[in-house]
Amino acid sequence: MINTVNILRLIAVIVFIVCAPFIGGILDGFDRKISARMQRRIGPKVTQPFYDVLKLFNKEFVSVNKSQLFLLLSYLFFVIFAGALFFGGYDLLMVFLCTSTASIFLILAASSTHTAYTGVGTLRELVQMMCCEPMELLVAIGFYLSTSANKDFVTPTFKVIDLVRSDMPAIIYLPGFFIGFIFILTIKFRKSPFDISTSHHAHQEVVKGVTAEFSGAAYGIVEVAEWYEQVMLLGVVGLFFITSNPLSYIVAALAIILVYFLEIIIDNTSARVKWDLMFKLSWGIIFICGGTNLLVLEIIRNINI
Amino acid sequence: MLSMANLIAALIVIPLIFAVLIALMPSDKARGIVVYAGGVINIALVLCTTYMWVFKRNQLSNVTYDGSGICFNLPFNDVFNFLTLAGDLILMVVIIALSFKYHKKIIALLSIIQTCIVMWVEVNGPHPKGEQLSMHFDWLSCIMILIIGIVGSLIAIYAVGYMRGYHVHHKEFADRRKFFFSMIFVFYAAMFGLVTTQHIMWLECFWETTSVCSFLLIGYTKTDEAITNCFRALWMNLVGGLGFAVVILFSAYKFHSFNMNDLIYTFSSDISNTAATLCLAALAFAAISKTAQFPFSKWLLGAMVAPTPSSALLHSATMVKAGVYLLLRISPALSGTKVGTCVYLVGGFTFFAASLLAISQSDGKKVLAYSTISNLGLMVACAGIGTVETVWAAMFLMIFHAISKSMCFQAVGAIENSTHSRDIEDMQGLMRRLPKLALILLIGMVGMYLAPFGMLISKWAALKSMVDASSTIMVLFVCFGSASTMFYWTKWMSKLLGTNEEKQNDVTEKNEYISMFTHAGLAICVCLGLPIISSKVVLPHVLLSQFWYNYGIYGQASISSKDTESLIMGSFDTLKTLVPLNENNLRTMIFMIIAIIIVPVVTYFLTRNTKTKPVIGYMNGINTGDNKHFTDSFGGEKELHVSNWYMDDYFGEKKIFTPSVIIGVILNLSMLGIALATWMGGVL
Amino acid sequence: MKSFHKSPWLIHYDASSCNGCDIEVLACTMPRYDVERFGIINTGNPMHADIFCVTGGVNTQNAPIVKQIYDQIPEPKVVLAVGTCACTGGIFKECYNILGGVDQVIPVDVYVPGCAARPESIIDGVVKALALYQEKHDKMVQEGRGLPEDPSLDEDNDVDENASNDDNSSDENASDEENAS
Repeated sequence: MINTVNILRLIAVIVFIVCAPFIGGILDGFDRKISARMQRRIGPKVTQPFYDVLKLFNKEFVSVNKSQLFLLLSYLFFVIFAGALFFGGYDLLMVFLCTSTASIFLILAASSTHTAYTGVGTLRELVQMMCCEPMELLVAIGFYLSTSANKDFVTPTFKVIDLVRSDMPAIIYLPGFFIGFIFILTIKFRKSPFDISTSHHAHQEVVKGVTAEFSGAAYGIVEVAEWYEQVMLLGVVGLFFITSNPLSYIVAALAIILVYFLEIIIDNTSARVKWDLMFKLSWGIIFICGGTNLLVLEIIRNINI
Repeated sequence: MLSMANLIAALIVIPLIFAVLIALMPSDKARGIVVYAGGVINIALVLCTTYMWVFKRNQLSNVTYDGSGICFNLPFNDVFNFLTLAGDLILMVVIIALSFKYHKKIIALLSIIQTCIVMWVEVNGPHPKGEQLSMHFDWLSCIMILIIGIVGSLIAIYAVGYMRGYHVHHKEFADRRKFFFSMIFVFYAAMFGLVTTQHIMWLECFWETTSVCSFLLIGYTKTDEAITNCFRALWMNLVGGLGFAVVILFSAYKFHSFNMNDLIYTFSSDISNTAATLCLAALAFAAISKTAQFPFSKWLLGAMVAPTPSSALLHSATMVKAGVYLLLRISPALSGTKVGTCVYLVGGFTFFAASLLAISQSDGKKVLAYSTISNLGLMVACAGIGTVETVWAAMFLMIFHAISKSMCFQAVGAIENSTHSRDIEDMQGLMRRLPKLALILLIGMVGMYLAPFGMLISKWAALKSMVDASSTIMVLFVCFGSASTMFYWTKWMSKLLGTNEEKQNDVTEKNEYISMFTHAGLAICVCLGLPIISSKVVLPHVLLSQFWYNYGIYGQASISSKDTESLIMGSFDTLKTLVPLNENNLRTMIFMIIAIIIVPVVTYFLTRNTKTKPVIGYMNGINTGDNKHFTDSFGGEKELHVSNWYMDDYFGEKKIFTPSVIIGVILNLSMLGIALATWMGGVL
Repeated sequence: MKSFHKSPWLIHYDASSCNGCDIEVLACTMPRYDVERFGIINTGNPMHADIFCVTGGVNTQNAPIVKQIYDQIPEPKVVLAVGTCACTGGIFKECYNILGGVDQVIPVDVYVPGCAARPESIIDGVVKALALYQEKHDKMVQEGRGLPEDPSLDEDNDVDENASNDDNSSDENASDEENAS
């Protein structure tokens, strides 16, 4: 079916595939700049991440296990695919399932070497996944329930394309989910205090953890994939605010910027924690914030029915 | 003559004949051939039956259409009736003899009580008037016999090679292979009977037969551990079996019918009937013990002492699926009741707790066992909620689980024969050492948990339907449970890849590979064929069984199955949208399945010729030439082993097994308590 | 690619230094000197690194380690010997276990003398190394992006070219702050 909406969706997907690395890279650049200023340093140029990635793709590829490369390319593919599903307006639950599949490829690529640092890094990455996974699923469910609590929708839906057409921003129904999601974003963005599997820039932990054995292009792929994922996740943050009103997109953009800034502040003001504290905190917060919110939504829906 | 009744009779009798034949075979080789023949005949019969049902179901003679399926009597129905009674007595004698032999007399008591009740009802009880057709065949039965026939028979074929290797490595155990294979074939007969009968006495007999067969299979090695574990399995299943005794009592004295479907119809249509609640709870309790939900999980874990084919058989295709089958049968009656709530809480809790427990295990088979318990929990929960969507999800979970899990078990078994270890820690780099086996294991694992393959899609559908059913606690169970599921599978999977490993001697026999590769093929076919299976098989069944009871179509012999199907599909067209997979998602999913197969292959070939400088992994520069050794602080060489992470302090069996059992006991007791209280209230 | 030199990542290895130079190397990443201005990151992982920065002389025990780390750094790469000990073996030169400067084990591109080497001179050395780094990259590109055959890189380096002053006298300490700001 070719109609305006579908063309718009297609454009959104293409724009995402083309622009996401630039947006992600610039965000990363600002992150480093702002972090540097917070530490009373001058910091690198905003475009620094692009230089880094370009350099990585031009370096020699040394590796312990060559199969890293194809696993990482698959990782990149599925990250992009998840993002494309999201910006194409498809099912939100599918999007999150797809990102989990993607991260399994990353883990396989890393663990295929069975060396000390990647070994530890991979397992920590797995714990991070375990910490994030419930919230991702819950966020999708939250949006679904927000459409059923919202009387505009005849049938509740997981589809992003329908979610952006609501009259009320989803955040009104989903404050608990929002808090939980912001919490796991810190883990997803590999920010302190939860950067235990690998970390960015000069913050080191277990050398480079999960990415320790990736050199040159392999590491470049990981960086680019992370940019894509970052943009997708920030898109989800925006989704909490978007309604059928065009002005809401500005609100969403502001919210994204604020959330990103918040993550930078958290990153620079907290010390790294151990995995067990991370695990307890994240499951606790997901259970309390997400669970309570879920319960309230179920009640609202039952009243509506 | 090829009629449905004959086919089903053959399905029950022929495995029994083969069981006897196998016991009579003198040599190893002859027995192998008989087992192959039995397996092939099983598969052929099952396919024949399926063919008859799928294409000829509206032209069958000598059957009664009852709305959802067909009812008929077996040829020599009275003989069968007699045999089931005799079977009950034989089982009782076997249990008494063995429990006296091993000084577990209390277990004999359980069996005696149950058999006595059944006998009493049979001999003295009021017999329902009018003709009762003993068999019932519908889509659910069709799926079940396919699973039992194909997956189960393949396991038997696999077992021929496996057991030969097993006895080469385990000289300490007596070679009782005759007995082993006989029991496997008795098992098939019981399972085929179980899923096609609607006569509750027969059902009880087949149910007990599976309990006893599994008990005998678990005790195969006769070590102390095996004996303890097999008796545990026995008593747990017998306790559950008492539920059947209760139902039989009530069906004779209260409901005046031995027809399972009549009973379910009564249960679901007459909510005020308090005895119905009690019967439902009793049936659910029986199913919960069979599906090894908490607090009964221990029998399934203990069953791991048995040789791998019997584990595969018990935990993927047969034994535990009997419990799921029963729950799916009664799910229309469970839906929305208090008993149903308790059932789904037990299932949901088991799903969550077992997936946490699986994290702490390093024994491959134990991980598979916990994963089985966990997945069964999800199916139980789905059946307990009992809406169209959840039953749909439960049926798919059952299909995918049977294939993938059986594949995983077989692969682990074969790996154990080749490497003498089934510890996950010893599987490092298996992709290089035993590439074919590792590939099979990998496909099985991927099928178990990775998007977009069967299990995950069904889990997703289950999740959505739980949201729709407004059960917050279940949603949380599933969300947290799938996170830990992901953890333990990926952890294992990441061990399999590796470098610099020598290729090992693969002692796996051809027949084992035939079985495993057929499984792999099946798994992929079922994944890709999901839309067709959904719309042609699962959906009709779910809709029929749901509305069969609710809209007065039940028992109307004048309506042929074709009529009901068109009636239901027509008048409930909107229901199609209820089903979790709408067209759009289906397309995305098929695309993803193709992508997940193709993308790695394409990227593999793209990057195959990339120039690379091989280096050794980074270990602060102290590796001694490879990735596995390093210089320690005394200047000597040490071996490096990167172990997986088991988090024993958090998820260890010591930590959470007992609390889980306690919670399981509480949930089950409250289910029975509620039912009992309701009944007492009704009586008083 | 022209911007190649804009992203030099550094791995720092203490061969057998007295830790004086190490402190100075780390000082470079601190707010006062902030080498991240130039995109320099202290990675600590040879697989990601471009510049190998060694302090202290090489002894018999860690010679293979230095070599191994060097091998793990993907091409193009530059080696920076920081401090007098790393350049020549310094005061420990005649020790029974010291082999001498880093160049005894791996080819060194830039020598940064000083005891301890001052942050300014280290930064100068790094900047010098960056030019070399870009050069090596260009050469790699010219040769068709392949694996460069083990080049005898010793010829490229030049002690005298080194920008920093060998004799850091006390009067320069006063200008440190100006340099930094």
